[in-house]
Amino acid sequence: MRKLIEQPFTSNPQGKVGKSHPHESAIRQVSGQARYVDDMPQPANLQYAAVGTSPEASGTLNSIDLTAVWASPGVTDVITVDDVPGHVDIAPVFDGDPIFAQDQVLFNGQALFAVLADSVQHARQAALKAIIDITPSAPCLTVETAKQQSNFVRPAHFMQQGDFDTAFGRSELNAQGHLSIGGQEHMYLEGQVSMAINDEEDRLLVYTSSQHPSEVQKLIAEVLGCKLHKVVVDMRRMGGGFGGKETQAAQWACIAALLAKRNQCAVKLRLPRMQDMIATGKRHPFENSYQVGFNQEGLIKAADIDINGNCGHSPDLSDAIVDRAMFHCDNGYYLENVNVAGHRCRTNQVSHTAYRGFGGPQGMIVAEAMMDAIARKVGKDPLTVRKLNLYGDKERNLTPYGMTVEHNLLGDLIARLEASSDYWARREAITQFNKTSPIVKKGLSLTPVKFGISFTAKHLNQAGALLHIYTDGSMQINHGGTEMGQGLHTKIGQIVANEFGVSLHDVEVTATRTDKVPNTSPTAASSGTDLNGKAAQNACIIVKQRLAEFYAETINESELTADKVIFADNYVTLGPHSVEFVRLVQDAYIGRVSLSSTGFYKTPKIHYDRSTGNGRPFFYFAYGASVSEVSIDTLTGEYKVERVDILHDVGRSLNPAIDIGQIEGGFIQGMGWLTTEDLKWDDRGRLISNNPATYKIPAIGDTPEVFNVDLYPRDNDEDSIYHSKAVGEPPFMLANSVWCAIKDAISSLTDYKVDPQLPAPATPEAVLKCIMSIDPDATRSEPS
Amino acid sequence: MISFLLNDKAVHIDATQADTTLLNYLRDERNLCGTKEGCASGDCGACTVVVAKTNEQGSALEYQALNSCVTFLSAVQGKQLLTVEHLADGETLHPVQAAMVDAHGSQCGFCTPGFVMSMFALYQQDSAPNREQVNVALGGNLCRCTGYRPIIDAALASCTGTPQDKFSQHQAATIAKLNALPNSDAGLDTLFMPTNRNELAATIKATPTARLFAGSTDIALEVTQQLKSLPSLVSLTQVKELQVVEETSSGLKIGAAVPFSKMEALLLKHFPSLHELLDRFASTPIRNQATLGGNVANASPIGDMPPALLALNAVIKVDNGTTRRDIAISDFFTGYRQTRLQNDEWIEAIFIPYLKPNAQVRAYKISKRQEDDISAVCAVFNLALDENSKVLQLKSGFGGVAATPASVDALSDAIKGKDWSKISTFELGKKVLSESFTPLDDVRASAEYRQALLVNLFKRFWLQTNQQSQQIETRVHAYE
Repeated sequence: MRKLIEQPFTSNPQGKVGKSHPHESAIRQVSGQARYVDDMPQPANLQYAAVGTSPEASGTLNSIDLTAVWASPGVTDVITVDDVPGHVDIAPVFDGDPIFAQDQVLFNGQALFAVLADSVQHARQAALKAIIDITPSAPCLTVETAKQQSNFVRPAHFMQQGDFDTAFGRSELNAQGHLSIGGQEHMYLEGQVSMAINDEEDRLLVYTSSQHPSEVQKLIAEVLGCKLHKVVVDMRRMGGGFGGKETQAAQWACIAALLAKRNQCAVKLRLPRMQDMIATGKRHPFENSYQVGFNQEGLIKAADIDINGNCGHSPDLSDAIVDRAMFHCDNGYYLENVNVAGHRCRTNQVSHTAYRGFGGPQGMIVAEAMMDAIARKVGKDPLTVRKLNLYGDKERNLTPYGMTVEHNLLGDLIARLEASSDYWARREAITQFNKTSPIVKKGLSLTPVKFGISFTAKHLNQAGALLHIYTDGSMQINHGGTEMGQGLHTKIGQIVANEFGVSLHDVEVTATRTDKVPNTSPTAASSGTDLNGKAAQNACIIVKQRLAEFYAETINESELTADKVIFADNYVTLGPHSVEFVRLVQDAYIGRVSLSSTGFYKTPKIHYDRSTGNGRPFFYFAYGASVSEVSIDTLTGEYKVERVDILHDVGRSLNPAIDIGQIEGGFIQGMGWLTTEDLKWDDRGRLISNNPATYKIPAIGDTPEVFNVDLYPRDNDEDSIYHSKAVGEPPFMLANSVWCAIKDAISSLTDYKVDPQLPAPATPEAVLKCIMSIDPDATRSEPS
Repeated sequence: MISFLLNDKAVHIDATQADTTLLNYLRDERNLCGTKEGCASGDCGACTVVVAKTNEQGSALEYQALNSCVTFLSAVQGKQLLTVEHLADGETLHPVQAAMVDAHGSQCGFCTPGFVMSMFALYQQDSAPNREQVNVALGGNLCRCTGYRPIIDAALASCTGTPQDKFSQHQAATIAKLNALPNSDAGLDTLFMPTNRNELAATIKATPTARLFAGSTDIALEVTQQLKSLPSLVSLTQVKELQVVEETSSGLKIGAAVPFSKMEALLLKHFPSLHELLDRFASTPIRNQATLGGNVANASPIGDMPPALLALNAVIKVDNGTTRRDIAISDFFTGYRQTRLQNDEWIEAIFIPYLKPNAQVRAYKISKRQEDDISAVCAVFNLALDENSKVLQLKSGFGGVAATPASVDALSDAIKGKDWSKISTFELGKKVLSESFTPLDDVRASAEYRQALLVNLFKRFWLQTNQQSQQIETRVHAYE
C-alpha cells in the first residue's frame, strides 16, 4: 500500500489555511464581473419560459384552457404534465412532487403548465391567460387540522431514554408549554433560475442555480426519459441558497430542459420574485409542546417533547428535517428521562424544505423555552438554570438518541462568554433600569448551541474531487460542493495551496460540473468543507505521493525516501535537496507521471438505526453561545437589539474572516426568523406575505451596534479537515438569545415571576399581544 | 430622443417602449449584467445604479443612487448613468470596492453591486458619514448573507467625505459632456416630457390615456409586478412649475414633482419632528425619485406623508393648465385610492402652513422593520396648548386604519379646553380614538393590533408632551 503524505497544518509559513484570505470571487463581485446564471452570454436562439400556477390550494383539476395562452404575443410552445415524456414525479426522496399538477392541485401556486416565448415579458404575460377549471375542496392549512385528520406525509418517529412517566411523577416541580414557530422564506437575493441548452444530438447542458447539481442532472434525465450521461449540469455560483436551492431548484431546471429538448433551442426560466416566494418551499413552521419535570434547583428530571412539522403537501426532505428537529430538542442539555415524538403533518401549502439548520432551530428553541420556563418557576436567572442542565463530561452525557456527547465544550465556552460579555453586571444594571423605566424595558439572555454535524442520511456523507496540475505548476481543483457565498471555494483553494505549498493564485477552483465529479451530495448540512475539503486533500495527497516518489527516485539516496518529501513555499524539499515546485512538475511530466487525480472521502464513525432511534448520527458537534440585550417598548411592542456577544466554535479555523462572516450572517438570519420575518397565508391557503414589501428580512439598521464575535480557540478533536469544524448552520441558532431576551424583558413586567408565552416570530405585534396577555395593566402605568 | 451618458459614453435613444425600465435596458440591451434584478419592485436594492447630474450652479456633479428596476429611461435624460462595471479605474478598484473586498463585505455577491453603488453615492458626499448616516444610505439594500457588519465597516472606512477618484478628477470633462447633450425635444414618441404647465395641459389634452408620473417608483410596479404594458406615459419631472420649492411668509410650498431627497432639509427645518417619517420613508434610492405629489396623488391609506399633511393642515394646489384651485387635504381623499382630482388636473404643489409657536408635533410610524417598511399604523399629532396647559386644538392624521388617510376631529373637539397634563384628558382622548376607526386585518397587522396602537401611540404622545412625564423613556429607536 502506498504511504500517503500528510501535510501538517502548522508547516505552512505562508498561512494558506488559517488566514483570512478574501472570498475567491470578491473582486469579481464588487466590480460586477461575477456571473450568475441570468448573466451568462445568451446562446443563439434563446427563448424564455414562464410558469402558470394554481389559484387554489386544493381541489380537482378539471381542465386548463390554453387557447388564449397560445394566442398571446410571442408564444412558441406551451406544455402541461401530458407533455412530459419520462417521469412526472421529481420528488427528491419519497414520491409526491409532480413537475406539473396532475388530477389534483395540492397548493396555491403549484405549477400547472409552462409557456415558451420570445421574451421574458411575453412569456409571463401569456402565463396569466389560461382559463383554469378547478373544483375546489376544503384545504388543510394547519398542523392542528392535519393531526386531527391523521394527515401525515411520513410516519411519526420516536426517541426515548429512561422512564419519563415515573420520573415526571416524582418531579418536585413541572412546567408545560406550547410553541408556535413560524417558517421562513429563504429570500436568496438571486431567485430561482436555469438555462438549458440543447447540445448536439441528444445531449443537454444546463446552467442552474442549485445546491445539488447531481440531483438536477438525475431528475432532468428522468423527466426526459434519457440516461444521466446525456445531461451535464454546470453551477459556478449561486446568489444565495440557504437550503432553498437544495431540492427547489430542480423543477425549474427540468421545465427548461423539457422545453429546450422539445423545441431544439436554448431556454431560460427565471422565476419572478413573487412567484419564487409562492411556488417554492420554505422553512417548516412547527407547533411544538413540552412537559418538563424538575427539582427545586431547576435540574431537569423528565421531559416529554412533541414536535410537529408543517410539511406542506409532500414529503420533500421533511422526514430528515423533522428528525433533525428531534435530534436538537435537547440542545446542550441532558434529558435523563425523555420521550420525543416527531410528526410530519401534511397541509395544502407549498412543500416546505431545507433551510439553514434543517429543522434544528425549530427543535432547539423548545429546549430554550423549557429553560426559561424552569427558571421562572424556581426563581433563578435563566443562565443559572442553563448551566445546571448542561451535558456532563463523564456522566450525564447520553443524548435521547443514544449518542454519547464527547468533547463537550459548552461549559468552558459559556464561562468565557459570561466573563467577556460582563453578563452578571449587566443583569444587575438591567434589573435596576427596569425598576425605574415604566415604558421601555430591557432584557438579557445567554443561550448556547450544540449542533450535530453530518447528514443524517448516511449515504450523503461522501464527496469527490478532481485535481489537475498543468505544466506551469498551476492547478485546477473541481469538487462536488457548490459555492453559494459561504466561501467553500475559497477554503478548498486554501487547502489545495496548503497541500502543495504553493500560492493561492496558482489554484483555480472551477465550476461544479456533473461531468467532472459525478454523483455528488447536495451542498448542505454545513458539510461542504468537511466533505469536499477532505476529498480535495485526498486528490492532492495522491498526486503528491507520485511527485514525491518521482523526486526520491531522481535523488536516489537510500535514506531519502518519498515520505520525507516536503512541499512548502513553492519548493519541494528532500533532505538537503530542493527543487522549485514548477520545475518538479515539468520534470514529472517529462518523466510520464500522471499529474491528475480524483479524490474521495467518506465520513467515519457515523451510523443511526431509525427503528430503535439509536446511534451516532453525527461525526461531531459544533458549539457556540451568544448573549443578547434588547430593549422593548411596552406601548407598541417595538424592540431593538442593543448588543450581541458571540463566542463560537469552528475548531481550527481555515479562514477566520469567512468563518466570522458565516457566524454573523447566520446570527442575523436567525434573528430575522425569530423577529420580523412573518409568513402569512390567508384562509384559502394563499401566501399573502409574497414579496419583499410585505415580508421583511433584517435590514442594515437591524445589525446591533455592539456586535462582538469571537472564535473559540480549540481544534476539532475529531479528524476533520485540518481539525476545523463546519460553520454554515450552527450560528443560525445563536439568535435564540434574541428571542429569549425579548421574553426576559417582558417577564420583567411580572418581576420575573411569569414566563411569557411568546410565539416566533416575535413581531412587534406578537410582543405587544404577549405583554397584554401577561400584564393587561402594563400599558396603563402612569407617570409617578 | 433621450440623451444621456452611459458611464462615459453619450447615448441617444430614438425609439423604445415608453415603459422600458433602466434595469432591463442595461441588462438586455447593453449587456451590462453587473446590475442585478432581485425583486423588480424597489425593495431590495440589487439593481441600484447611480445617476450624476450637474448642480444648480452647473459647477459640480451631484450623485444619487436609484433603483433601476422601478425607473423609466426618461429619468436619465441629460444625466450620467453610472453602473458598477465603470467604477474601477483600469485594474484599480474604486475605494468603495476595495473597502468591500478588504472588509469581507461580499459573500454570495448578488447584492454586492447594489451596495457598491449606494456606497459610491455616499462616497461622493462632502462629509464623512457616521454609522447612522451609513444606515440611511444603505437602508434600501438588502443582504441575506453577511449580517451587514462588514458592509458597514467598508462604508465607514472608505467614505471619508473627500472624494478622490477618477470621477472627481474628471468632473469638469464630465460636466462638459453633459452640457453637450441635446436637451430640447426630450422624450420618445409615446413618452412625453413637457417642460411647463401649458405643454403639460396640451399633452394631456392630446393623449388623454397617457399616464402621468414623476418618480415612477409606484407606477413602474404595474409593469414589473402586474405585467401591464404602459404604452403612453407623461413624465412630470421637467415641468418647471412642479419643481418649485418656496418658503412663503405663511408656509412651505413644495412642488409636486420635487423628489423627497431634494426637499427633505427644508421640510425638516420647519417641521423637525417629521424626522422619523422622512428617514423611514422607503429608502434613499426611492427618496431620490419619489415625490410628495406622488405620495398624495396615490391616495394610498398607508402612504407615509398624508397623515402628517392632515395633522399639519396642508393644502393641495391643483392645476389643469387654465384654472388653479386649492383643496384642503382633509377634503382631498374621497375613498380607497380616490381623490378630488379631475381627469385633466394634476397636483402642482403642496402647501404646508408653518406651525404656530405653541404647537407640539410628533409623528410615529409602526412597522415590523425600521428600514424601508410600510406602516401598520402611522399617527401624527399636532397639539396647541395655551399658557395654562389647556388644549386649544389637537390636529391628527392616521394611516393604516381606514380606507383613506384620516384625521379625527372628534379627538380635538373632545379635549378642547381641558388640562393636557391631567390623566382624565388622556382618558377622554383615548376613548374617542378607540371608537374612531374599525381597522382591518391584513398582512401587515391585525385589526386588534392597529386598534391598540391608536390608543398607545396617543399615550406615547401624551407622555412625551407632558411636563411631568417627559423624562420617561418612551422610545427604543432614537430619531433626532
